[in-house]
Amino acid sequence: MTGDPGTSQVNVQDTRLGHADRGFVGKIIRLDALVTGSSLSPQELEQRLVEMGFVEGARVEILHEGTIRRDPIAVRVDNITIALRRSEAMAVIVE
Amino acid sequence: MTTASLRLALVGAPNTGKTSLFNRLTGSTQKVANYPGVTVERKSGGFVTPEGRSVTVLDLPGTYSLRGRSPDEEITRDIVLGRFDGEAVPDLVLCVADATNLRLTLRLVLELKRVGRPMMLVLNMIDIAKRRGVTIDLDRMSQELGLPIVTAVAVRKGGVDELLKRTDEFLATSHQAAASEWTTPTIADLKAAQREADRIIAAAVTLPTKPDTLTNRIDSVVLHPVWGLVILAVILFVMFQAVFTWAQPAMELLSDGFAALGQLIHDLLPASWGLLQSFLQNGLISGVGSVIVFLPQIIIIFLFILLLEDFGYMARAAFLMDRIMGGAGLHGRAFIPLLSSFACAIPGIMATRVIDNRRDRLTTILIAPLMTCSARIPVYTLIISAFVPATTLWGFVNLQGLVMFGLYAAGITSALTVSAVAKFFLWRDHAPAPFMLELPDYKMPRLRSIAIGVFNRAKMFLYRAGTTILSMMVLIWFLASFPQAPTGAEGPAINYSFAAMIGHALEPLLRPIGFNWQIAVALIPGMAAREVAVAALGTVYSIEGGKEAADQIGQVLAQKWTLATALSLLVWYIFAPQCASTLAVIRRETGGAKWMVVTFIYMLTLAYAASFLTFNLAQALGLH
Repeated sequence: MTGDPGTSQVNVQDTRLGHADRGFVGKIIRLDALVTGSSLSPQELEQRLVEMGFVEGARVEILHEGTIRRDPIAVRVDNITIALRRSEAMAVIVE
Repeated sequence: MTTASLRLALVGAPNTGKTSLFNRLTGSTQKVANYPGVTVERKSGGFVTPEGRSVTVLDLPGTYSLRGRSPDEEITRDIVLGRFDGEAVPDLVLCVADATNLRLTLRLVLELKRVGRPMMLVLNMIDIAKRRGVTIDLDRMSQELGLPIVTAVAVRKGGVDELLKRTDEFLATSHQAAASEWTTPTIADLKAAQREADRIIAAAVTLPTKPDTLTNRIDSVVLHPVWGLVILAVILFVMFQAVFTWAQPAMELLSDGFAALGQLIHDLLPASWGLLQSFLQNGLISGVGSVIVFLPQIIIIFLFILLLEDFGYMARAAFLMDRIMGGAGLHGRAFIPLLSSFACAIPGIMATRVIDNRRDRLTTILIAPLMTCSARIPVYTLIISAFVPATTLWGFVNLQGLVMFGLYAAGITSALTVSAVAKFFLWRDHAPAPFMLELPDYKMPRLRSIAIGVFNRAKMFLYRAGTTILSMMVLIWFLASFPQAPTGAEGPAINYSFAAMIGHALEPLLRPIGFNWQIAVALIPGMAAREVAVAALGTVYSIEGGKEAADQIGQVLAQKWTLATALSLLVWYIFAPQCASTLAVIRRETGGAKWMVVTFIYMLTLAYAASFLTFNLAQALGLH
């Protein structure tokens, strides 16, 4: 896995939290940090997301959106609220 | 174990009330310093247990894990692991958790356990948890974690009694630290730890069926795409009103007080002791006084910052501003430091510590001095009132006010431009740092905690005024006083001093921007603090001090300068690195002279270019 979006396994049917609208409620299926617009390395991004409570099975809800391009977003992850940019939220696959 | 005191360290995730607990335990015994070689605050204090044992407490920087992503977090990791030079390994680690929000902290607890130090878990804010209907089976949790647990309400008097009692019990028995099994966790480790934490929570904690909705209700207004920004603007407006209006009486009182003290010293000493008289009155008292005058503003600005922080609003402000600031290449968290810089760049630059990405932090430090700090106000006011007529435009706009507003706007615009340029040239190859932070539940600010915080900031400010700034003042007084005027010399004594020599030497350089040698001379003491230039101009034009001095200086300047020169000096003050203390703080905060030099050169270049343009344009337009 080199991280090249052309060769990595990207399932087009995946719903990514970074694409979801305000009011979205779902559950985290897995993290996939390979193809995001984040400046962090995939490994670092995944670690940070896990540290903030984004783990498989957690319930997520988009509570608020920023003014410009609806970014960043405030996400309820189980019982805490995390603010993050949509580019980082792309790593969170939800259903 | 009667003489050596127990070393206790507080560890916890951000927003767990760790600082409140620290304040409750140590009260006024706190010492705030820096860890050697880094700019991370070291907060320590002490207390005596009910059975009379003395305990020292170290408040370690908040962290979600021991990975050490930022300098702060590395300190926490290294001290807990006993790897930090000059800091003894703690005898007991107190891991502080927010009882209403255990998920992230319990994972940290599991990670800390691997370090093997004797440890106790403190469930803070247990009162809020109970009120919300969270019930925690302490025995079960303690058994699952294999750790003693105490509950605490750090913000309430007596809320830490149980913790004190348990500390005594801990001391009464001997403890051995186990060997550390800690290694940097991998993603798999983190996930496993989170699953284990979630399992323990499921086993020991009953969450209320109805979650807390108050925070959510407040947020639906405060984080609203439109109303959120309106509310932020209103808060900022009130803050500015407070900083500039409420502080005024106290500042005048201080400045009159220092003037009176200087006069008293002057009158008490015999005239033959002229040099000592001048040193005490002009060097020491008026020099340090001119900086201490800003204490009321510093107190008010930190009062607001700490109140908003405690309430939980600061993270929201960063959320609202992230994208807007991002347009200029700034991080959402840069908002508060830049805001503080309107009072004074020094607390602003100190506040950049909340930005964990080094590049973002440097950009913020670079542009903070461009925000119109309150020390510029006396200079702006003097020149505007002397040169700009108080006419009313369009029936309601005061021309003087408009010029003042223009100077502020110019400062902000240039700061954003510099940031965008820095991003483009220095850090073009780096994508923007991520923005990821917890939005804590709102809670009522606690006055005691706020008071301690404000007190510590004020103390740091005064300490600096008493050391760095004082020595700078003495140097500048020396430059302005030596060599002394020969007997029978005409004109003010400063004209014979080193300051005048430097001023004269600089004059050819400053002539293209319309400055005469008197301005050049006044700019030198102005390096100590911008507003000192006002008094220095008075000295150079040999005006006796006193309450009406400022008005008189204005009248003299209006006769001696052209409008072009006055405008040029105003523009100079927007950009010029005219504050030695700010430069000193940049040097300290960036850990070296490099960025201080960069700041100095870029600001000087901007100032010179802008003043040159202004002066020549004004002359071409025939403004005399």
